Amino acid sequence: MALLDVTDLEIAVAAGGKLLPVVRGVSFAIEENETLGIVGESGCGKSLTSLAIMGLLEGSQVRITGGSIQFDGRELTTLSAEDRRAIMGDQMAMIFQEPMTSLNPVYRIGDQIVETLRQHRDMTKGQARDRAIELLDLVRIPEPTRRVDSFPHQMSGGQRQRVMIAMALACDPKLLIADEPTTALDVTVQKEVLDLMADLQTRTGTAIVLISHDLGVIAETCDKVAVMYRGKIAEAATTRELFSNMSHPYTRGLLNSIPVVDHDVEWLEAIPGRVPTIDEVLPGCAFHPRCPLAEDRCNAEDPAPRDVANGHAVRCHFAGGAA
Amino acid sequence: MLVYTIKRLLALIPTLLAASILVFLFIHLIPGDPASILLGDTATPEDVAALTREMGLDQPIWKQYLLWLSNVLQGDLGTSVFFREPVLSVIGDGAETSILLATMTMFWIVLFGIPIGILSATKHGTWVDQMTSGGAMLFASVPTFWLGLYLILIFSVGLGWFPSSGFPSVSDDGGLANLRYLILPSLTLAAPNAALIIRLVRASMLDVSREDHVRTARAKGLHPAKVAIKHVFRNALIAVAAAFGFTFAALVSEAVVTETVFSLPGIGRLVVQSILRRDYPVIQGVILVIVVLYMIINLLVDLAYARLDPRVSLK
Ligand SMILES: Nc1ncnc2c1ncn2[C@@H]1O[C@H](COP(=O)(O)OP(=O)(O)OP(=O)(O)O)[C@@H](O)[C@H]1O
Ligand SMILES: [Mg+2]
Repeated sequence: MALLDVTDLEIAVAAGGKLLPVVRGVSFAIEENETLGIVGESGCGKSLTSLAIMGLLEGSQVRITGGSIQFDGRELTTLSAEDRRAIMGDQMAMIFQEPMTSLNPVYRIGDQIVETLRQHRDMTKGQARDRAIELLDLVRIPEPTRRVDSFPHQMSGGQRQRVMIAMALACDPKLLIADEPTTALDVTVQKEVLDLMADLQTRTGTAIVLISHDLGVIAETCDKVAVMYRGKIAEAATTRELFSNMSHPYTRGLLNSIPVVDHDVEWLEAIPGRVPTIDEVLPGCAFHPRCPLAEDRCNAEDPAPRDVANGHAVRCHFAGGAA
Repeated sequence: MLVYTIKRLLALIPTLLAASILVFLFIHLIPGDPASILLGDTATPEDVAALTREMGLDQPIWKQYLLWLSNVLQGDLGTSVFFREPVLSVIGDGAETSILLATMTMFWIVLFGIPIGILSATKHGTWVDQMTSGGAMLFASVPTFWLGLYLILIFSVGLGWFPSSGFPSVSDDGGLANLRYLILPSLTLAAPNAALIIRLVRASMLDVSREDHVRTARAKGLHPAKVAIKHVFRNALIAVAAAFGFTFAALVSEAVVTETVFSLPGIGRLVVQSILRRDYPVIQGVILVIVVLYMIINLLVDLAYARLDPRVSLK
């Protein structure tokens, strides 16, 4: 059984007395030691999916309306709030997109790591502090014995994201969810942080869900990829399979929109058209208004996922050549 | 921190000078001659002239000011025209009442303002929040004298629980039990300010709860109450601390009204009576004391601010 098994997950936003579906029928699974990449344009539901897994939707306008999330053999969608909190920060941890604001400005970073440790482990303050210093060293913060007493504002964005990683890894989680952990960082720092995560994974065996809108990042770090478009998984496969046999026109569009820096001319082909807003009702395939291959049936019929190869599912009428 | 405090205290001096000049000028703009008010209707013009000379009021105003200033620098605030007593001891007599009143008021403000504010924020959007927010709005807009009179009507005249006026010193018969004389006045004074703190605590907690670091705290698996207090409230406190400086300024002016309504022998009432009596030395002395207090409170607020927010550095 997979460590994390998400099946037919449905998420909706409550707005004006109605429930607008934003994530529809999303399924994926991750094993220990594996990295799953979720990629897609802004607003496609990547963050909501990860917040749903983490259990952070409570108290917002957003709720899970269907499907199941199995983690380590337990069904999370029906778990009590208290049991959920026992998992959060312990067996499952999350790092966020905004390192500049994700740490509490009034507490020393060491104390913030200690807080996680003491929440889930029976540790004295001294033991937790020693462990915090160890963790800071692990994420390659220089002079950890001194930096443990720094406040967040005394650190750079890259350093803060490392602190977030240290905090997330504090209790040796089985699953780490990283929601665009490098988007807000400089390119060089981005690479360092991603390398750090990959390196830590080889040591600890943590499964990682890495969310990104950058297919390049995904290609380098993930074992498996799920491409999301407007709340659905458009294409999912192992990274190797996906890049050798891209089958959804949206995935190909995403690849083309990666800026090619080492060319003479920097060239970027964005996918034409805009992402439809969540309250627009679209019959047929959600991508058809922007799709270069679209035909009449795309307008009428929403394609079901079909396998084009072993473990490679695509939601497109033209996938696998059979139209 | 120490250097900063000393710097700030030194900066008090020019402000105090400016304030004293302003007060001096304003008082002398008020029509009415203290000598004739003091001596009453039956006084002869000669008596009035003699007293005017004795009080130095026949001198040009700048000379009067310099004389007063040099006395103040030697620790002598002058002599009350009305009481014929040193101004310092006149103020000292009112100080007990006012200090106890202010302390009790602050106590109520913190006791009601902060927990109700936290409750209102954590129950945000529910009927509990609507009740407390509505109540806070009401108390913030009710005039002090009106609230004071109603409290007297209900709790002293009606229920007879508390005395309606006066305040015997705690060193008199009754001792600390005499503090009950201050309960209604301090509640009156506290109500609008506590209401303000409730609204401020609520608003800043709601602001903070939308910040990313609160999501991080929740992702640690902390209990919601711990997130609310340790993370949300702790950050909201920064904005609330700043408001305590304003609260003090509001208290000073509202204390004048409250002490009058409850006939308390405090400094607020002393100011009002001294203005009516044209007791210049007392007015000047009291205002000087209030300005000094105000600036010290603001200094304390800034020091607290720097303690609460590590991003603030004192220079
Ligand atoms: N609290 C909320 N209330 C209402 N709508 C929301 C809320 N959070 C997200 N949404 C909507 O749900 C959709 C999916 O949002 P989500 O944050 O999951 O996108 P995303 O894929 O993470 O995008 P990005 O790359 O910009 O982070 C968006 O259209 C967004 O506007
Ligand atoms: Mg997002």
